[in-house]
Amino acid sequence: MGEFKVHRIRFFNHMPSAIRVMAFNSHTERLVVARADGAVEIFNFADNYYQEKVIPGRDGKAVEALCWVGRRLFSAGLDGEITEYDLENLRPRNSMEAYGGPIWTISSNSQGTLLAAGCEDGTVKMFEVLEDRIQFQRNLSRQKGRIISLSWHPTGSQIAAGMLDMIKIFDAETGHATHRLLVERGLQRTSNSQEVVVWSVAFLSDHTIISGDSAGKVQIWDGITGTLVRTHLLTKWDVLVLAVSPDESSVIAGTSEGTVVQFQFISSTVDQQDKQWVRTRTFKSHSHDVRALVHTDTAVVSGGVDTQLVVRPLLDKVEKNTQESAMRKIIFPHRNLVSCAKKAGLLLFQFSDHLELWRLGESDGNGETRAHTRLTSNLRVGRFGEDNICCSALSPCGGWLAYATVSSVRLYRLQLDNNITPLVPLSRLQVSKLPKELNSVHQLSFSSDSSKLFASSILSSVIVASVKELECKYLHTFKPPSGEQPVHLLSPSEDGNWLATANTGGEIHVFDLHCSVPVCGSCPTAVSIHPFSCSLVSVHADQQIFEFSLKQKEFTAWSRKLQKQGMHPLWLQRDAPITRVTFNPNNPTHILLHDTSMFCIVDQILPLPEEKTRFYNQSVLQSLSLGERLRNSHAFKVYRNFQNLLCVDLMEDHSLVVVERPLLDIVSQLPAPVQQKKFAT
Amino acid sequence: MVEYGDIRVVYRGGSKINFRKPVISNDSRFLLCASGESVKVFSSVTEECVHELRGHTGQVTGVLLRPSNHLQVYSCSTDGTVRLWDFTDGILVRTYVVGYPVYSIYASLNHKEVVFIVTPVQSDKRTELFQLVAVNLPQTPDQLVEARDLSAVLSDVSSNPSTIAFGRGGEYLASVNNLKMEIYFFKKNKSYSFSLREYTKNGGKNTFTCIACHPKDDCVATGHDDGKIRLWRNFKQKKEYTYSTLHWHHSAVSSLCFTPEGTNLLSGGVESVLVQWRYNQENQKDFLPRLGAAITHVTVSPDGALFSTSHSDNKITIIQSCVKVSAVIQGLVKGENVTTGLLVDPRSKALVLNGRPGHLQFYSLQRDKLLFHLDIVQQEYIHEAGLEQFEVVRAAFDASGLWLATVEERKQKSAELELNLKLWSFDEQTQSFVLNTTVSAPHEARITAMCFSQAADSQTTTLVSASRDGHFKAWQLGLPAHTDDEGPSWSCDFVGAYHGLVPRCCCFSADGSLLAVGFQEVVTVWNPTSWELLTTLSQPPGDVRNLCFGQLSCSKYLLGSNNKKMVCCWNLLTCSLEWSTSMDVSLLLVDSRSENMAAFCCQDGSTDLFVFKPSEPRPLFSQKAVCSGRVIHAVFTPREVMLESSEESSQWLNRSQLYFLTEFMDLLTFSTKAEEEKLMASSKQLVIDDTVAMTPFYLLLGKHRHEHLGNEESAERTPLPQSSVAIKELLQTPAHVLPATSFLCSMFAKSLLISVTETSHHCFLSSSVSVVQISHSLYRGALSLTFSGVFWCKSYKEFKFYPLKIAS
Repeated sequence: MGEFKVHRIRFFNHMPSAIRVMAFNSHTERLVVARADGAVEIFNFADNYYQEKVIPGRDGKAVEALCWVGRRLFSAGLDGEITEYDLENLRPRNSMEAYGGPIWTISSNSQGTLLAAGCEDGTVKMFEVLEDRIQFQRNLSRQKGRIISLSWHPTGSQIAAGMLDMIKIFDAETGHATHRLLVERGLQRTSNSQEVVVWSVAFLSDHTIISGDSAGKVQIWDGITGTLVRTHLLTKWDVLVLAVSPDESSVIAGTSEGTVVQFQFISSTVDQQDKQWVRTRTFKSHSHDVRALVHTDTAVVSGGVDTQLVVRPLLDKVEKNTQESAMRKIIFPHRNLVSCAKKAGLLLFQFSDHLELWRLGESDGNGETRAHTRLTSNLRVGRFGEDNICCSALSPCGGWLAYATVSSVRLYRLQLDNNITPLVPLSRLQVSKLPKELNSVHQLSFSSDSSKLFASSILSSVIVASVKELECKYLHTFKPPSGEQPVHLLSPSEDGNWLATANTGGEIHVFDLHCSVPVCGSCPTAVSIHPFSCSLVSVHADQQIFEFSLKQKEFTAWSRKLQKQGMHPLWLQRDAPITRVTFNPNNPTHILLHDTSMFCIVDQILPLPEEKTRFYNQSVLQSLSLGERLRNSHAFKVYRNFQNLLCVDLMEDHSLVVVERPLLDIVSQLPAPVQQKKFAT
Repeated sequence: MVEYGDIRVVYRGGSKINFRKPVISNDSRFLLCASGESVKVFSSVTEECVHELRGHTGQVTGVLLRPSNHLQVYSCSTDGTVRLWDFTDGILVRTYVVGYPVYSIYASLNHKEVVFIVTPVQSDKRTELFQLVAVNLPQTPDQLVEARDLSAVLSDVSSNPSTIAFGRGGEYLASVNNLKMEIYFFKKNKSYSFSLREYTKNGGKNTFTCIACHPKDDCVATGHDDGKIRLWRNFKQKKEYTYSTLHWHHSAVSSLCFTPEGTNLLSGGVESVLVQWRYNQENQKDFLPRLGAAITHVTVSPDGALFSTSHSDNKITIIQSCVKVSAVIQGLVKGENVTTGLLVDPRSKALVLNGRPGHLQFYSLQRDKLLFHLDIVQQEYIHEAGLEQFEVVRAAFDASGLWLATVEERKQKSAELELNLKLWSFDEQTQSFVLNTTVSAPHEARITAMCFSQAADSQTTTLVSASRDGHFKAWQLGLPAHTDDEGPSWSCDFVGAYHGLVPRCCCFSADGSLLAVGFQEVVTVWNPTSWELLTTLSQPPGDVRNLCFGQLSCSKYLLGSNNKKMVCCWNLLTCSLEWSTSMDVSLLLVDSRSENMAAFCCQDGSTDLFVFKPSEPRPLFSQKAVCSGRVIHAVFTPREVMLESSEESSQWLNRSQLYFLTEFMDLLTFSTKAEEEKLMASSKQLVIDDTVAMTPFYLLLGKHRHEHLGNEESAERTPLPQSSVAIKELLQTPAHVLPATSFLCSMFAKSLLISVTETSHHCFLSSSVSVVQISHSLYRGALSLTFSGVFWCKSYKEFKFYPLKIAS
């Protein structure tokens, strides 16, 4: 079955950024997540929670609020600008200064015609949403103190604003404040003098207003009379965020303790109609502040300072013991942050603001799967400008390095001293003149002979440029026959004849052949062309695997057999997508796949697993007796010895590079959580 | 074998009062709880037992206020009957015969004249399956009614009564069993069931332990094994039900209870902390900590003024709704095993045995009340599983009750045995035992037996302890060594051994002139003054288990039993075997007030009792199958009032009573028919005035007043004693200008003592003599009260004359 020398690498200090705010579009089932570094990520809930798109942020631009208006996405931040994003080309489309100081919140009415922004100077600014831009309409009557949170009444006639020490209700027509709800200051914590911040308000269609504040209270107000109905004290710390279910029967509140508390609108006795808000469940899935919450029909989605996105289905809304009812934690990005130069033994780690280049050391090959990697040199490439890096690539020969930000692409020539002592640092030279077509790029890749650079560009086109001796020449642009979604995967074949691309619309195109693989419903998460058999292997977000023969232009027999039998339930239950497909040149029937929790060798010769068989870890399997082992062996050989994988790749010398990022290292870099007494009365 | 029909084994005293939830009467004045085969009615203010509702012949398994009449109470029992009582008068109103053993009883206002009982499923007796059955109670005036109109409501319920509750005045019924909860709506005749997974991801156990329903809202609170409380709502939908979790308890929640208005939820568990949760404001909770022992039940009075918690150490605490303890009703504490055996304190005649961990309890059998706990170990007991702590393993009193010897030991796995011998002297001033001497490591191994020299008149007392290390040691009270501030202390006087054999038992003769020590198969007799070995007594092979000297006229005999099923009787004058018989005696004990001896023999899983005199060949009394299982400990307790029984078979019970403890920790005794009749008569005699909380003292007082009133009606109002000028002056002068009470006392008392010749008073006297006899001591207490304050006398002065005259 094959043994590998393994470079086990744990020094990639990838640190995800804290989740700041989220918004959910129930029509398209897309969740947008803004992180503290300004990056905006879009998850497709219909497609197994796959992270479709990532728009990198830039320095000094923290997103404080997000808002969907139809299919358009707006964000606002403390820089005082409202930004609309171009979701096809993964870049900000336009920004508009609101002239009200930092913006704390934006909210659109349910009709999608108006956008309200709460500003530091105490104004609620109304913007009209036009076809291509937004236009300032007017200010609501100006208040003292900043506007922290906003919520529209579903009819759009009123708007509630959470401020310091109070909530104000405005008439959206006249712009006057109709009610002023005073929020009590905290009784428990510190002195009375500290102002209470209404972090979040929710305006329900029955004119109930629910507020969450920094004194740890969730308060329920009658919006018609402006009276307090009920106070629920949740925590000693802050209630940071509230979210309402689409049918308004449930409200969830996120606290600084990392808990999410659910309130439900239920009648006190079975036969009666008078309902009240009752605190019911408490979810504890975070160790730090819950900063962002979304209540979908069936699930509670929460994110916060501990950088994890947690999808917790509500068990009363989904079928029990199905894949849908399992809790999900999304910690790592669903794309590759590591590129390997197979021939040169170099690794490129991508961070949001710099790149790191490492050379693999000599591993003490003693037959074990674990061997030491000694770093011999490392090179840090700082980026230019304020934009964060969105993609990077390293050529297989190790001679070229390219990276791109939202606005620019940079290409470097690396000079390697292969023959001399390995401690000599690598030098780099920047290729200054780049063809002007390479200006907006989502994905970069080098051909296997390192002579060509592929870059996916606007309108899902792919630009081909030749690189040679400090020169980069534009060669060609591939335009797919259809599709406007950005290309997120590029995979050139080993022999240089083909280039496979996949876009977030779920289409896979193979260029130089101009053939399209039949579209399957789910978005591909990894594609690769087999070096010998010239078949294209694609793995999708719903965990399906397809093998498409490029010569016959049809799915191979193995792929059809796999589809006919169906994937194994245990395989389908994994919650992380496969992010890389590689092949073993020594054993052409082996396909190497990995996600964050395991890596797997699919042996196309062995029979497919039955419904009932288990996925044994291979080390467990080897401890079994021979007969038992034969009975339990099947095409999917799963290794779980490595956890939290960011990259598994096969080098040219058949050693395996495994890049791990232990969760403990991430947790240790988080700020300290709020102090809580475990046993106290 | 002669049948002795008039003697039977009864539970008397020391039964469990924490077995089932107590019930508090509507006016919060009485607390009713199941106690053995009867229901006890306690006053919630004075903690006294007011009535004992006797009549059931099996264990009482539930008490319930009748919803339609709050002065009546239902009780159910394993004897298959449900009885209706008037608890204020202690009268049995009606008996409903169900015919199946009943394990718990429920009722609700919505269901008139229907009670719900839990009975075992009849089809299969082996399996522990129970069902909830509705019983229609027929409305007939008869005393004894057959209630055969049964209809099953829920199957597969738990026999634990706290797992079923009625919600919203009987609209629905909620029951939990293991991992399943079932809610049954009566109107729609439809049930909803919810189940939980056995373990949560964090390892908590989800098993349901108890349930409570909110009185107004549709909210059900359940307690779980991992200490969580879940509040279930919206349970009319199969899928959209929801619950919130309250978590404070660290281990299983044993009882839950909503207050009558539903504003608070009370919970208790092994932490011995009563937690009060605000309904809908669950963050705010109040605690009542340090209740002494694990809480087993929590109840609330119907008006919400009182809470009560039952505890695992057989205690009921009555708590005011402001979370303040107002009264404690303590029963006999039964630990896991009684290592000290049963002892009788010669001074207070109280039963002494292991109580709380590290304590000895003094329990008055006559009053069925715990007198006090004596802290022996004097170390904090730590509630933790698997932690080895000091335990009291032996205790002994000397004949006068002046000295108490205790042995405590701790055996840790990796450490040597730790032993302490403590000697306590009785302090007259504080009326309690005071530690005199502590001997650490008195022996090298476990102590097997310990006894004081019996003679009450001898000047020096001797304590003998025998141990597994092959020695017995005699301890004597020595003079203080050199420091004169300390009193005399105990020290070792003699160490004896016999051929390296292990002594198992030791015994002093009645006059203290002989000490018998059983060394495995050999009985040795020693002289305790010179410590010389007088003789060894041969015995058929077998280790000696028990040794007893005869008493009074039989004091020349020494009896011993061995593990080879032999009982031998030696004549000490001839040093020869008088008689021996083959009996597997597990326990041999002697009555200190008569020549009688009792032997418990274990046979075929049950125990037989023989009472005999060593000098007579025929047993005085024998009973087969006294109880099932072994009898572990037994003791003769002296009676306060001798019985005048003429029957030969029950004569042995005249001077003392025999109490014994079975392996199931039931305290049983023998009772004669005459005795029971007397008891019943006395309980009927007590007619109670409703206006004052009832205590025995009050009963007495009330009776007098009642008769006094009656007399006044019949005869012409008796002229009050010629009030002297002194009395008049005393009673009319303001208190602050009077001289000190002590100064006035003798003068005042003398002035009250009027001539005995007044005839009108004699008739009161004759009628109340019996009462006065019973509680003579109480009167003395009353007298001292009289002198303590003048104004008290004023209100009760008419009454106070009579006891004074009796005393004089």
